[in-house]
Amino acid sequence: MPRSPTAPGRPARRDVLAGAAGVAIVLVARPAAGALAPRTEAAIAKVLAGRTAVEGGIALTLPAVAENGAIVPLTVSVESPMTPEDHVTAVHVFADRNPDPEVVVFRFTPALGRAEATTRIRLSEGQTVIAVAERSTGAVHLARREVAVTVGGCGG
Amino acid sequence: MAAPMGRPRIAMPSSAKPGEVIEIRTLIAHPMENGHRRDASGAPIPRDIIRLFTASFEGTEVFRAEAHTAISANPYFAFPFRAERSGSFTFAWTNDAGTTVTATARLRVG
Repeated sequence: MPRSPTAPGRPARRDVLAGAAGVAIVLVARPAAGALAPRTEAAIAKVLAGRTAVEGGIALTLPAVAENGAIVPLTVSVESPMTPEDHVTAVHVFADRNPDPEVVVFRFTPALGRAEATTRIRLSEGQTVIAVAERSTGAVHLARREVAVTVGGCGG
Repeated sequence: MAAPMGRPRIAMPSSAKPGEVIEIRTLIAHPMENGHRRDASGAPIPRDIIRLFTASFEGTEVFRAEAHTAISANPYFAFPFRAERSGSFTFAWTNDAGTTVTATARLRVG
Protein backbone atom coordinates (compact mmCIF):
# COMPACT_ATOMS: atom_id res chain seq x y z
CA MET A 1 0.00 0.00 0.00
CA PRO A 2 1.56 3.37 -1.02
CA ARG A 3 2.28 5.86 1.72
CA SER A 4 0.62 9.25 1.70
CA PRO A 5 3.01 11.70 -0.05
CA THR A 6 2.13 14.37 2.52
CA ALA A 7 3.55 12.35 5.48
CA PRO A 8 7.01 11.07 4.49
CA GLY A 9 8.63 8.61 6.89
CA ARG A 10 5.59 8.25 9.09
CA PRO A 11 2.99 5.53 8.53
CA ALA A 12 -0.45 7.09 8.15
CA ARG A 13 -3.05 5.86 10.60
CA ARG A 14 -5.26 4.51 7.81
CA ASP A 15 -2.34 2.51 6.39
CA VAL A 16 -1.77 0.78 9.72
CA LEU A 17 -5.48 -0.04 9.99
CA ALA A 18 -5.61 -1.33 6.41
CA GLY A 19 -2.59 -3.53 7.09
CA ALA A 20 -4.25 -5.05 10.16
CA ALA A 21 -7.45 -5.71 8.19
CA GLY A 22 -5.41 -7.42 5.47
CA VAL A 23 -3.88 -9.85 7.97
CA ALA A 24 -7.33 -10.68 9.37
CA ILE A 25 -8.69 -11.45 5.88
CA VAL A 26 -5.80 -13.79 5.10
CA LEU A 27 -6.28 -15.68 8.38
CA VAL A 28 -10.00 -16.14 7.76
CA ALA A 29 -9.70 -17.05 4.08
CA ARG A 30 -6.90 -19.61 4.30
CA PRO A 31 -8.78 -22.61 5.81
CA ALA A 32 -11.68 -22.23 3.34
CA ALA A 33 -9.41 -22.14 0.28
CA GLY A 34 -6.97 -24.81 1.42
CA ALA A 35 -8.68 -27.71 3.15
CA LEU A 36 -10.41 -30.36 1.06
CA ALA A 37 -12.46 -33.26 2.43
CA PRO A 38 -10.30 -36.35 3.14
CA ARG A 39 -12.12 -38.41 0.48
CA THR A 40 -11.45 -35.69 -2.12
CA GLU A 41 -7.78 -35.66 -1.12
CA ALA A 42 -7.77 -39.47 -1.43
CA ALA A 43 -9.37 -39.35 -4.92
CA ILE A 44 -6.78 -36.77 -6.07
CA ALA A 45 -3.93 -38.77 -4.51
CA LYS A 46 -5.04 -41.82 -6.52
CA VAL A 47 -4.64 -39.80 -9.76
CA LEU A 48 -1.31 -38.30 -8.67
CA ALA A 49 0.10 -41.76 -7.82
CA GLY A 50 3.02 -40.24 -5.92
CA ARG A 51 3.61 -37.34 -8.34
CA THR A 52 3.47 -33.70 -7.23
CA ALA A 53 0.93 -31.50 -8.98
CA VAL A 54 1.95 -28.04 -10.16
CA GLU A 55 -0.66 -25.34 -9.58
CA GLY A 56 -1.50 -23.55 -12.83
CA GLY A 57 -1.35 -24.26 -16.54
CA ILE A 58 -5.08 -25.07 -16.48
CA ALA A 59 -7.96 -22.72 -17.20
CA LEU A 60 -10.91 -24.08 -15.20
CA THR A 61 -13.95 -22.01 -16.13
CA LEU A 62 -17.10 -22.13 -14.00
CA PRO A 63 -19.54 -19.42 -12.94
CA ALA A 64 -18.59 -17.79 -9.61
CA VAL A 65 -22.26 -18.06 -8.63
CA ALA A 66 -24.37 -20.91 -10.05
CA GLU A 67 -28.10 -20.17 -9.82
CA ASN A 68 -29.06 -23.80 -10.49
CA GLY A 69 -26.74 -26.47 -9.09
CA ALA A 70 -28.30 -29.08 -11.39
CA ILE A 71 -26.75 -27.49 -14.51
CA VAL A 72 -23.42 -25.74 -13.99
CA PRO A 73 -21.39 -25.17 -17.17
CA LEU A 74 -17.74 -26.24 -16.88
CA THR A 75 -14.91 -25.79 -19.37
CA VAL A 76 -11.40 -27.01 -18.77
CA SER A 77 -8.53 -25.97 -21.02
CA VAL A 78 -4.88 -26.95 -20.59
CA GLU A 79 -1.87 -25.25 -22.19
CA SER A 80 -0.27 -27.91 -24.41
CA PRO A 81 1.29 -28.28 -27.88
CA MET A 82 -0.76 -31.54 -28.21
CA THR A 83 2.02 -33.31 -30.13
CA PRO A 84 2.62 -37.09 -29.83
CA GLU A 85 5.65 -36.27 -27.62
CA ASP A 86 3.94 -33.72 -25.36
CA HIS A 87 0.18 -33.76 -24.95
CA VAL A 88 -2.46 -33.81 -22.26
CA THR A 89 -3.67 -37.38 -21.74
CA ALA A 90 -6.40 -36.79 -19.16
CA VAL A 91 -8.19 -34.21 -17.03
CA HIS A 92 -9.93 -35.39 -13.85
CA VAL A 93 -12.62 -33.15 -12.34
CA PHE A 94 -13.62 -33.31 -8.66
CA ALA A 95 -16.32 -31.53 -6.63
CA ASP A 96 -15.25 -31.44 -2.98
CA ARG A 97 -18.65 -31.50 -1.25
CA ASN A 98 -20.76 -33.56 -3.68
CA PRO A 99 -22.04 -36.97 -2.48
CA ASP A 100 -19.38 -38.46 -4.81
CA PRO A 101 -16.40 -36.13 -5.31
CA GLU A 102 -15.54 -37.64 -8.73
CA VAL A 103 -17.31 -35.74 -11.51
CA VAL A 104 -15.78 -36.74 -14.85
CA VAL A 105 -12.54 -37.87 -16.50
CA PHE A 106 -11.76 -36.52 -19.96
CA ARG A 107 -9.25 -38.51 -22.04
CA PHE A 108 -7.48 -36.58 -24.80
CA THR A 109 -5.34 -37.47 -27.82
CA PRO A 110 -3.05 -35.32 -30.02
CA ALA A 111 -5.71 -35.57 -32.79
CA LEU A 112 -7.75 -32.93 -30.94
CA GLY A 113 -5.21 -30.17 -31.56
CA ARG A 114 -6.16 -28.50 -28.27
CA ALA A 115 -6.66 -29.89 -24.76
CA GLU A 116 -10.11 -28.60 -24.00
CA ALA A 117 -13.53 -29.98 -23.01
CA THR A 118 -16.88 -28.55 -21.96
CA THR A 119 -19.74 -30.20 -20.06
CA ARG A 120 -22.47 -29.39 -17.53
CA ILE A 121 -22.17 -30.63 -13.97
CA ARG A 122 -24.21 -30.95 -10.75
CA LEU A 123 -23.11 -29.23 -7.55
CA SER A 124 -24.99 -30.13 -4.36
CA GLU A 125 -23.90 -26.89 -2.61
CA GLY A 126 -21.31 -24.13 -2.85
CA GLN A 127 -17.88 -25.72 -2.90
CA THR A 128 -14.44 -26.09 -4.48
CA VAL A 129 -14.16 -27.68 -7.93
CA ILE A 130 -10.75 -29.15 -8.75
CA ALA A 131 -9.21 -30.15 -12.09
CA VAL A 132 -6.11 -32.36 -12.32
CA ALA A 133 -4.43 -32.61 -15.73
CA GLU A 134 -1.99 -35.39 -16.65
CA ARG A 135 0.54 -34.86 -19.44
CA SER A 136 2.34 -37.47 -21.52
CA THR A 137 5.61 -36.11 -20.10
CA GLY A 138 4.54 -37.25 -16.61
CA ALA A 139 3.86 -33.72 -15.37
CA VAL A 140 0.62 -33.12 -13.46
CA HIS A 141 -1.19 -29.78 -13.12
CA LEU A 142 -3.92 -28.78 -10.69
CA ALA A 143 -6.44 -25.95 -10.64
CA ARG A 144 -9.25 -25.14 -8.24
CA ARG A 145 -12.24 -22.84 -8.43
CA GLU A 146 -14.72 -21.77 -5.72
CA VAL A 147 -18.36 -21.88 -6.84
CA ALA A 148 -21.33 -20.53 -4.86
CA VAL A 149 -24.58 -22.40 -5.52
CA THR A 150 -28.02 -20.82 -5.03
CA VAL A 151 -30.10 -24.03 -5.38
CA GLY A 152 -28.34 -27.40 -4.94
CA GLY A 153 -28.44 -29.90 -7.77
CA CYS A 154 -28.20 -33.45 -6.38
CA GLY A 155 -31.28 -34.21 -4.25
CA GLY A 156 -34.89 -34.88 -5.15
CA MET B 1 -35.18 -50.68 -15.59
CA ALA B 2 -32.81 -48.43 -17.49
CA ALA B 3 -34.17 -45.18 -18.87
CA PRO B 4 -34.35 -44.97 -22.66
CA MET B 5 -31.48 -43.13 -24.27
CA GLY B 6 -32.83 -40.43 -26.55
CA ARG B 7 -31.71 -39.53 -30.03
CA PRO B 8 -28.20 -38.07 -29.90
CA ARG B 9 -27.58 -34.63 -31.35
CA ILE B 10 -24.29 -33.56 -32.92
CA ALA B 11 -23.36 -30.01 -33.86
CA MET B 12 -20.19 -29.59 -35.91
CA PRO B 13 -19.15 -28.11 -39.25
CA SER B 14 -19.44 -30.48 -42.25
CA SER B 15 -16.24 -29.14 -43.79
CA ALA B 16 -12.99 -27.55 -42.65
CA LYS B 17 -9.62 -26.35 -43.97
CA PRO B 18 -6.59 -28.60 -43.38
CA GLY B 19 -5.13 -27.88 -39.94
CA GLU B 20 -8.20 -26.03 -38.74
CA VAL B 21 -9.35 -26.87 -35.20
CA ILE B 22 -13.12 -27.34 -35.19
CA GLU B 23 -15.47 -27.70 -32.22
CA ILE B 24 -17.73 -30.75 -31.88
CA ARG B 25 -20.73 -30.44 -29.57
CA THR B 26 -22.79 -33.47 -28.52
CA LEU B 27 -25.96 -33.98 -26.50
CA ILE B 28 -28.13 -36.99 -25.65
CA ALA B 29 -31.47 -37.06 -23.82
CA HIS B 30 -31.06 -39.02 -20.57
CA PRO B 31 -32.20 -38.42 -16.94
CA MET B 32 -28.77 -39.32 -15.42
CA GLU B 33 -30.45 -40.72 -12.27
CA ASN B 34 -27.85 -40.27 -9.57
CA GLY B 35 -29.28 -42.84 -7.11
CA HIS B 36 -29.82 -40.21 -4.38
CA ARG B 37 -33.43 -39.38 -5.27
CA ARG B 38 -36.70 -40.96 -4.05
CA ASP B 39 -39.96 -41.39 -5.95
CA ALA B 40 -43.40 -40.14 -4.79
CA SER B 41 -43.86 -43.19 -2.49
CA GLY B 42 -40.46 -42.62 -0.87
CA ALA B 43 -38.73 -45.56 -2.54
CA PRO B 44 -35.18 -44.86 -3.71
CA ILE B 45 -34.81 -44.42 -7.47
CA PRO B 46 -31.91 -46.64 -8.58
CA ARG B 47 -28.85 -45.10 -10.19
CA ASP B 48 -28.96 -45.10 -14.00
CA ILE B 49 -26.42 -42.91 -15.77
CA ILE B 50 -24.52 -42.69 -19.03
CA ARG B 51 -21.07 -43.56 -17.76
CA LEU B 52 -19.07 -43.38 -20.98
CA PHE B 53 -18.98 -41.18 -24.06
CA THR B 54 -16.46 -41.83 -26.82
CA ALA B 55 -15.65 -40.07 -30.09
CA SER B 56 -13.75 -41.96 -32.79
CA PHE B 57 -12.43 -40.72 -36.14
CA GLU B 58 -11.96 -43.34 -38.87
CA GLY B 59 -12.11 -46.08 -36.23
CA THR B 60 -9.56 -44.53 -33.84
CA GLU B 61 -10.71 -43.12 -30.52
CA VAL B 62 -9.82 -39.41 -30.21
CA PHE B 63 -11.75 -38.32 -27.09
CA ARG B 64 -13.67 -39.86 -24.23
CA ALA B 65 -15.52 -38.73 -21.14
CA GLU B 66 -15.92 -41.11 -18.18
CA ALA B 67 -18.95 -39.70 -16.38
CA HIS B 68 -19.95 -40.01 -12.74
CA THR B 69 -23.33 -39.09 -11.23
CA ALA B 70 -22.39 -35.38 -11.13
CA ILE B 71 -22.83 -34.97 -14.89
CA SER B 72 -26.13 -33.13 -15.51
CA ALA B 73 -29.20 -34.73 -17.07
CA ASN B 74 -29.06 -34.78 -20.89
CA PRO B 75 -25.25 -35.02 -20.88
CA TYR B 76 -23.47 -32.44 -23.01
CA PHE B 77 -19.87 -32.85 -24.11
CA ALA B 78 -17.98 -30.48 -26.39
CA PHE B 79 -14.37 -30.85 -27.51
CA PRO B 80 -12.02 -29.66 -30.28
CA PHE B 81 -10.69 -31.67 -33.24
CA ARG B 82 -7.90 -30.78 -35.66
CA ALA B 83 -9.09 -31.40 -39.24
CA GLU B 84 -6.27 -33.04 -41.23
CA ARG B 85 -8.18 -35.29 -43.68
CA SER B 86 -11.75 -36.15 -44.63
CA GLY B 87 -13.40 -38.98 -42.74
CA SER B 88 -16.18 -40.21 -40.51
CA PHE B 89 -16.78 -39.81 -36.79
CA THR B 90 -18.58 -42.34 -34.62
CA PHE B 91 -19.93 -41.11 -31.30
CA ALA B 92 -21.05 -43.64 -28.67
CA TRP B 93 -22.91 -43.31 -25.36
CA THR B 94 -23.00 -46.28 -22.94
CA ASN B 95 -25.26 -46.51 -19.88
CA ASP B 96 -24.86 -48.44 -16.58
CA ALA B 97 -26.68 -51.42 -18.11
CA GLY B 98 -24.05 -51.62 -20.87
CA THR B 99 -26.37 -50.49 -23.67
CA THR B 100 -24.69 -48.31 -26.32
CA VAL B 101 -26.27 -45.76 -28.65
CA THR B 102 -24.19 -44.42 -31.55
CA ALA B 103 -24.30 -41.55 -34.02
CA THR B 104 -22.09 -40.78 -37.01
CA ALA B 105 -21.01 -37.60 -38.80
CA ARG B 106 -18.81 -36.87 -41.81
CA LEU B 107 -16.14 -34.20 -42.05
CA ARG B 108 -14.83 -33.01 -45.42
CA VAL B 109 -11.38 -31.44 -45.35
CA GLY B 110 -9.93 -29.47 -48.26
